[in-house]
Amino acid sequence: MAVIPLLAMVRKDLQLFFSDRRSVIVSFVVPIAIASFFGAVFSGGGQNREPARIAVSIVDQDESAISKAIVSGAESDKNLKVSKPAIDEAREAVKKGNTAVAVVIPKGFGELSGQAFFGDGEKPVLTLLHDPSKSTELAMVRGVMTQHVMEAVSQEMFGGDQGRKLIEKTLPQIESSTSMAPDQKRLLVDMLSSVQKFYKDDSATATTEKPRRRGLTMPYTVDEEAMTAGSNIAYNGYAHSFAGMAIQFLLFAMANIGVEMLLERQRGLWSRLRSAPIAKVTLLAGKAVSGAVISLMILLVSFGFAMIVFGVRIQGSAAGFLGISIACALMASTFGLLVAALGNSPATARGVTTLAVLMMVMLGGAWVPTFIFPAWLQQFTLIVPVRWAVDGLDAMTWRGIGLSGALMPVAVLLAFAAAFWTIAASRFRWTEG
Amino acid sequence: MLTIQHLRKSFGPLVAVDDVSFGVERGTLVGLLGPNGAGKTTTVSMIAGLTTPDKGDVLVEGARLSGDTDPKKRRIGLVPQDLALYEELSARANLRFFGALYSLSGGALDKAIGNAVDLVGLSDRVNDRVATYSGGMKRRLNLAAGLLHDPDVLLLDEPTVGVDPQSRNAIFDNLETLKARGKALIYTTHYMEEVERLADRIVVMDHGRVIAEDTLEGLQSRVAVVGGGKATLESVFLTLTGRSLRD
Repeated sequence: MAVIPLLAMVRKDLQLFFSDRRSVIVSFVVPIAIASFFGAVFSGGGQNREPARIAVSIVDQDESAISKAIVSGAESDKNLKVSKPAIDEAREAVKKGNTAVAVVIPKGFGELSGQAFFGDGEKPVLTLLHDPSKSTELAMVRGVMTQHVMEAVSQEMFGGDQGRKLIEKTLPQIESSTSMAPDQKRLLVDMLSSVQKFYKDDSATATTEKPRRRGLTMPYTVDEEAMTAGSNIAYNGYAHSFAGMAIQFLLFAMANIGVEMLLERQRGLWSRLRSAPIAKVTLLAGKAVSGAVISLMILLVSFGFAMIVFGVRIQGSAAGFLGISIACALMASTFGLLVAALGNSPATARGVTTLAVLMMVMLGGAWVPTFIFPAWLQQFTLIVPVRWAVDGLDAMTWRGIGLSGALMPVAVLLAFAAAFWTIAASRFRWTEG
Repeated sequence: MLTIQHLRKSFGPLVAVDDVSFGVERGTLVGLLGPNGAGKTTTVSMIAGLTTPDKGDVLVEGARLSGDTDPKKRRIGLVPQDLALYEELSARANLRFFGALYSLSGGALDKAIGNAVDLVGLSDRVNDRVATYSGGMKRRLNLAAGLLHDPDVLLLDEPTVGVDPQSRNAIFDNLETLKARGKALIYTTHYMEEVERLADRIVVMDHGRVIAEDTLEGLQSRVAVVGGGKATLESVFLTLTGRSLRD
């Protein structure tokens, strides 16, 4: 292969790329800006592990001991940011999207929930007013409130004044009941009598000992450990967002190079190039190499920024990171050749490739991680090269996987590059018309 | 210097060029004329190696030209009809690139660039972006790009389209200089007066075939003129190719 012409093509393409201020901004500045935004959104505050609290309004219309305990429990919950507006204000806040969920504790909730706790009494209704666009928050609030309601009700039933009164009121009713089966009646009377005795014993010791916590509690605690590169290394969401955005914009840059090739053909430049004693494969290789160099620069500049500003680190293999970057760059540059080979005209190619790039980066997990996709879609996206690039770069950065984790992404990306090259080399039309 | 023998090229059912043969000697210019669709550009493309002929040969000093990488392609220069230039780059950057395609580098490339821009009168603007050039300057740079590797044969495909009379005249002067240096030139155009001024021999094509090949005087003698004067080349051309529209 002729080296001087090949190098000249690479140098010329780099000159053309850097002479276009718009291309440079779109390829280098825009991905950094967008990745910084996505990184801030998805990293949960970067090194700060404190989760974002869900805004919840609690409207306590009952003001019983139980409802006050529920509100108190919710206020102390690290997952919730509780406000206590009036019912109308709560509705308005949810409607405007300022609050994800409003919990309405209706009048009589404490009494009815206590009765329902021991028997088959009427169950009170806890109303959740929610923003329909925040279904995830609704599910979380439902779970968290279940915990606090169960704790508050059981605590009151096993030690509170309301519980004592309820048992004193309920025992004679059960004993005189004619509708209940004798065995069932005896078991329930025994249980409630034991609870009543527990109250009396507890009252006798309450003056001399530290009061005991009564009622149901969560029977376990949770130790959360993020599985990243190491136990002392926090997940850095910027690593993923910079990988995704850099890949998206280098694909756009390469698609643009493909469109430029079509424009060059229209302008007769390929005729001039082909009149020189150079093989067609050398001309295409020159484009592929220059595209790969530009792609690699976009990736490395983006990650360089992320490392300096957001503390992203290659926790896995540096060689693996470089290997994936080079393979990704080759995949992207040959994708540009594919655009030139399959595009009939610059205008149609531009429209189709914009759609193709957006689909690839969306399905490849460049915008949001693929683990939130349905299972079938996670399997399907394995045919998207961007998925391998993003997963590979994630593996080499915050996941901290060694060189072995880079081998499969590199192999798959190179296979995509080879396929794109083969199609492009066989289908590219060298003359217009 | 350059001999074309029985070239034929078809695109599907359309025969674009059929049994075309002619030659061009050192220090001469052959004007290639024909209406739209006559096969001129396809013929030039085959000579330049852009299109592979179905039949026939292109010979450079008796040696057959074959394949994209044939070193004999160095002896041919192409000045395409389109302004095949990178407008975002300077003239020097353009010429450095086009010269490197012929494996020119270092001092040899610098010298070639200097010679080419001197010839076309762009030395003082060689570092400016091509986008800032006038149409005539771009045409002259287009010519310079085809000359960088000092070819023996220069193919000029309508090199004066859209330029003002001053630039056209400058290009004519350049071509006269090249002829004087012994270059063999093939020149396609629709402007009859250009061929009248520059051509040593004229090839007229129509429907893919050569329908006449002669000197200007020889062609003029084929058409009788009332009063006994010389026919213009345009009247000769219209007599040979007819007056029906070809577009």
